[in-house]
Amino acid sequence: MSFLADNFDLLRDAFLTTLSLAVVSGIVALVLGTVLAAMRVSPIPALRALATFYVETFRNTPLTVVFFFLAFGIVYIDLQFPTRFLTAVAALSLYTAAFVCEAVRSGINAVPSGQAEAARALGLDFRQSLSTVVLPQAFRTVVPPLGNVWIALAKNTSIAAGFAVTDLTAVLQRLANANADQLAMVFAAVVLAYLVITLSSAWVIGILERRLAITR
Amino acid sequence: MRITRYAAALAAAGVVLAGCSSDAGETAEEADTTAAVETDVEFEPGSTMAAIVEAGELRVGTKIDQPGFGLANTAGDPEGFDVEMAKLVAAKMGLTEDQITFTETVSANREPFLQNGQVDMVVATYTINDKRKEVIDFAGPYYEAGQDIMVAAGNPEDIQGPDDLAGKTVCSVEGSTPAENIRTNYPEASLVLYDVYSKCADDLRNGNVQAVTTDNVILTGLVAGSPEELELVGNPFTEEPYGIGVPKGQDDFRDFINDVLEESFEDGSWAEAWDRTAGAITGTEAPEPPAVDRY
Repeated sequence: MSFLADNFDLLRDAFLTTLSLAVVSGIVALVLGTVLAAMRVSPIPALRALATFYVETFRNTPLTVVFFFLAFGIVYIDLQFPTRFLTAVAALSLYTAAFVCEAVRSGINAVPSGQAEAARALGLDFRQSLSTVVLPQAFRTVVPPLGNVWIALAKNTSIAAGFAVTDLTAVLQRLANANADQLAMVFAAVVLAYLVITLSSAWVIGILERRLAITR
Repeated sequence: MRITRYAAALAAAGVVLAGCSSDAGETAEEADTTAAVETDVEFEPGSTMAAIVEAGELRVGTKIDQPGFGLANTAGDPEGFDVEMAKLVAAKMGLTEDQITFTETVSANREPFLQNGQVDMVVATYTINDKRKEVIDFAGPYYEAGQDIMVAAGNPEDIQGPDDLAGKTVCSVEGSTPAENIRTNYPEASLVLYDVYSKCADDLRNGNVQAVTTDNVILTGLVAGSPEELELVGNPFTEEPYGIGVPKGQDDFRDFINDVLEESFEDGSWAEAWDRTAGAITGTEAPEPPAVDRY
């Protein structure tokens, strides 16, 4: 146990890095994904095509490849992120947004079409009916799939370890290599840290689901 | 584009390796006979060697991404100095090259592989240190490496040693001994840690970092891949004795490997293995063999 106490600061910082990676990317992905979902159901064909292209591109590209491109590829078009943490946030949120988009879109499809028609009958335009009538109902339906996307994102942050971000996985490698005699302890500590994030998320998602579910 | 360049670098390294083995020309056949397979071997029943010979297979953990020491060729077979050491050991046990099964080991999983018995021995640029000795045993050393620094060609920052790294961004690999060394002894350098050294080389070419540091043998492999862009400072500042890892308590096997190594130091097969692998890439003569440490 003294081993864990000795490395407490390192593990705590890594935990906070992983958590902030997940939270920041999660927020960006949620916003971007919602905008994409709105584009995919919009009446303008060009926007629909653009959003479809985005989703199919990022959903079907391995996350590591996205990371690699943002870390080493865009240098050749004279672009670069100021820090490696931001590179990781960009990769994670661009990738996750595609999945958020599809989850939200499935929620939009679940809203009875009569709701949208009624909104239009009241004189609301597309944007108003989407933001005040359709999306609020859609989000209440898609809490479980969005929860899955969030937990997947929390675990996907581990790829940042390979791209110079000192998160939990990076610290796992560092401690495992330096303390071969304590492997089990290192793994237990890191697994526990991930579980704190994912299990507590699952618990919150469960509560949200019960509170927000619509009985149809 | 990045990937094309990688492929080109790898292909170049491949050509160098292929070139040197065909230089050996008629001796290509003979190259194998340097590690002449013993035909008449007898091991005490119950010994580790007897068990391995009985199984007809020597399971070796090695790296497959380290030019000169352990690098998988296009067919997937590892080649390099580490691999040659494994072949020497196998030959003395009467096992042919076909009877060696190579498993990839990365830095973080070498001890577990030995502890769990997934491999019989590990030859993977494996630095002997006391912490590792607590869980496994080492034969050797068979090579003495040292931590060095790689910079952009022309050395624009004029970095001559680790003291010049203060205030600079230095790249290494997470969990590696060199990274730990910089963190502890040269805290004024800011570290960037990837999972493989090739990403460090990329960052050095891009100008994102000013230096890359790890064992000189790894760096020479990277420099050989793009000599126009990268260069080695050539001033090693640590001693990294590379050993062959065996499971803890297998003293008979460890003694046996030590005997094999000492024999190869004397009969020239060790130097010959160097010339064919790491030496062919770096263009350096075989160094003086280190003294085996029978601790």
